[in-house]
Amino acid sequence: MRCFIGIDLGSTTTKAVLMDEDLGVLGRGITNSRSNYDTATAVAKQEAVVDTRLTLFRRGLADDAGIPDVDDFMDRVAQYFRLEQFLEQLADLHETCSRFVEGGRFQNREKEAMETLEIIFGRIGDEAPALYAPGAARKSDFFRDLAGSRFMQIGGDVAKLVGLPFDLLLNVYDKSIIEVENRPPSGDLTGKFGRALDRVLGEMPDLDADTKKMHATLEKALAQELDETYVVGTGYGRVTLPFPKEHIRSEILCHGLGAHMMYSGTRTVLDIGGQDTKAIQVDPAGIVENFQMNDRCAAGCGRYLGYIADEMNMGLHELGPLAMKATKSVRINSTCTVFAGAELRDRLALGEKREDILAGLHRAIILRAMSIISRSGGIRDQFTWTGGVANNPAAARELEKLVRENYGDVTINIDPASIYTGALGAATFAQRAVINGEGAAS
Amino acid sequence: MTDTTSAEETVKEPSMITQKHMIAANYDRLTSAPESGTKVVSTYVPGNLNELIMCFDMVSNLPEINAINNAMRKKSGGYITEAEKQGHSEDVCTYVKADIGLMSKGAIAPNGKPIPPPDLLLLSYTGCFTFMKWFELLRDEFGCETVMLHIPYEGDGIVTEHMRDYVVKQLKDEVIPALERVSGVKFDIDRLREYLRKSAAAEDDLVWVLQSAKNKPSPIDAFFGGVFYIGPAFTAFRGTDEAIEYYVQLRAEVEDRLARGAGPITPEGEMGPEKYRLVVEGTPNWTSFREFWKMFYDEGAVVVASTYTKVGGMYDFGFRHDPDRPLESLADYCLGCYTNRNLVQRVEILENYLEEYEADGLLINSIKSCNSFSAGQLLMMREVETRTGKPAAFIETDLVDPRYFSASNVRNRMESYFQMIEQKRRGGGSATVAA
Repeated sequence: MRCFIGIDLGSTTTKAVLMDEDLGVLGRGITNSRSNYDTATAVAKQEAVVDTRLTLFRRGLADDAGIPDVDDFMDRVAQYFRLEQFLEQLADLHETCSRFVEGGRFQNREKEAMETLEIIFGRIGDEAPALYAPGAARKSDFFRDLAGSRFMQIGGDVAKLVGLPFDLLLNVYDKSIIEVENRPPSGDLTGKFGRALDRVLGEMPDLDADTKKMHATLEKALAQELDETYVVGTGYGRVTLPFPKEHIRSEILCHGLGAHMMYSGTRTVLDIGGQDTKAIQVDPAGIVENFQMNDRCAAGCGRYLGYIADEMNMGLHELGPLAMKATKSVRINSTCTVFAGAELRDRLALGEKREDILAGLHRAIILRAMSIISRSGGIRDQFTWTGGVANNPAAARELEKLVRENYGDVTINIDPASIYTGALGAATFAQRAVINGEGAAS
Repeated sequence: MTDTTSAEETVKEPSMITQKHMIAANYDRLTSAPESGTKVVSTYVPGNLNELIMCFDMVSNLPEINAINNAMRKKSGGYITEAEKQGHSEDVCTYVKADIGLMSKGAIAPNGKPIPPPDLLLLSYTGCFTFMKWFELLRDEFGCETVMLHIPYEGDGIVTEHMRDYVVKQLKDEVIPALERVSGVKFDIDRLREYLRKSAAAEDDLVWVLQSAKNKPSPIDAFFGGVFYIGPAFTAFRGTDEAIEYYVQLRAEVEDRLARGAGPITPEGEMGPEKYRLVVEGTPNWTSFREFWKMFYDEGAVVVASTYTKVGGMYDFGFRHDPDRPLESLADYCLGCYTNRNLVQRVEILENYLEEYEADGLLINSIKSCNSFSAGQLLMMREVETRTGKPAAFIETDLVDPRYFSASNVRNRMESYFQMIEQKRRGGGSATVAA
């Protein structure tokens, strides 16, 4: 089948959306942008392909009467596929680390180091299924974050136990993770999907399903040819994409069109990305009429939250839920990220509660965004918020409050897949380039 | 037609070489003033009274031009740092700081010789409040005579007889006596008439050149190229034979390109096919001038009209210096500078440019440290969008502070803007740039 792919190379994450020729989204993929956009693109694209395979598998399953709750079943398959992927990369990381165990720094303790790594990676691997069990919460979905935090924790404990300086192992880990992360992922989907399916079926012995038939359905979904007909890239790293110029679109246009695709009544779009806040006005067809972006300073963008998360030693995804527990909002400035960090420490020292300070920080971000929206001409009905920060509940709460105060009763759209809006717009441009002949088809 | 022999391999029109020699000669005249006994007057570009100054055999020093010159020669950053060391804050107009820093570091002109202290500070106040503060600082530094010509703001969008009379009265009662006093030369109105006649002749050709951008493709870039074209008419050469000759030469160059259907000359040679026609509001960024320009010509974007090229006089709407009404026409000139126009007029001017020059859209380059120019620009933008239905974009850079030009951010916005125009043209949602 003909497929159209949009890739959004953001400063923090890289997103991919794969769609069919009827503009139906088949799969989405995301990864951290690293410092290597080529790998990030390859990974995000592969993730979107994986997601597409899941979609196709699910479509194949639809007729199968043996599964009472298909959503739950598919969630499990997806999670266990991620587990298989994690284990595969973990094995790669282990092997890479082993290769770096050499040189004078180890002072003939190489054997000990190898054995220690064996124990550490063994434990991380043993713990992994729990990370992907139904209902489990993870701080991040990226291998680097997950493996890194476990290596720090388990590695530190084990090294202490065997009397090996942890620094030595950390050094080996640091070198290896970069290599592993920048290695294009293995293409063996069949094995991983098969094992994931078996794991789910093993967990659900009561399922009255023909496992053989199910494997056949999976194989059919994996065998379906996905013809990469046209790819469009957008986002901050778009200039680094090895694409011809006509395959590259600005993120303004992509977010405008993506928001229109998600909610056709969209007239004003806010996108809070890693380093940009964009306010975009679009016409009823999703064509950009005006846009404004932050200039000179990126305070109040996604990275602001990332910095705060680091300052508070928390995961980025944990900030919003904690801020939701606030009973009041502490005033924090929104003009400088570093100063906000200083204010945060100051407020903590004064005994303010973490959740109240975080509520203030979320308000600060939205105040900044409101100013950029004003510059672009204000909010028109409907208003669609895109980008990763949109899924932060505390930010969404503040935004809603301020939008109501300033613009009254307007429809506010926040899609759960808001982080993919730019990639969705790009994929739509790719589809149009071929189907509508709007651009030189490759 | 063009010269590519300079050190930077920059392609220059012959008229640019001519202008370069003119500027160099003026700097020589300025720096040798102490030996020649010529009196120095410091004055600003908008509303400058060059013809009048020439009547007193004085030589002009234009501080903004020094700042621009130093920005293009990558020197302004150091001067700004020097001014900040002296206590001028980060948000102060960077023309001012570049000038203060230049003074502190020996006031060395591009010819390597020091610029002598001014004998007179002559301020034509045409809308920029900072100019007044700037001269206050210079007066404190040099302790020389200062004279201010107060130009009433065109707040209601019109010039009344009273306003004109008020300016003429000041010229008679304040400015001319001060010039006589400092120079020791008696004012001769016939000499002024002669200079004004020459000004008008040069102005005719300047307007012809600027309006040549109405052609498709435009043979000139009316912003990046335009800043060179306005040079002689806006500075120390208005009213001279050299300026007349310069514009004759320039006009011939443009006529030649027009006849050949050729586009503007960029630093990398003749521009490729014209894809976008833009109107630009705001001052150029001088520290990354070429890099900024490249973002336009690489995309086939040409600026067909700009308001910056009107800060030293709005000749394209009919004004000419008039030998028959010498002082009155000087007053009209000052009153009519773009910097002295109100927001309503500025919107009308931009609207006129977008329509008359058949432009695709409006780009505003806003300068954070220039409040008098930037205030109201967003409102102007929205109004122009509403009236013309053409897309507009807004970027922020700085005048001469190299720290405030973020190339990747500006490029990102420019790319988005060009694609937005393309999308709007197609009306179908695709932003693919047609080859």
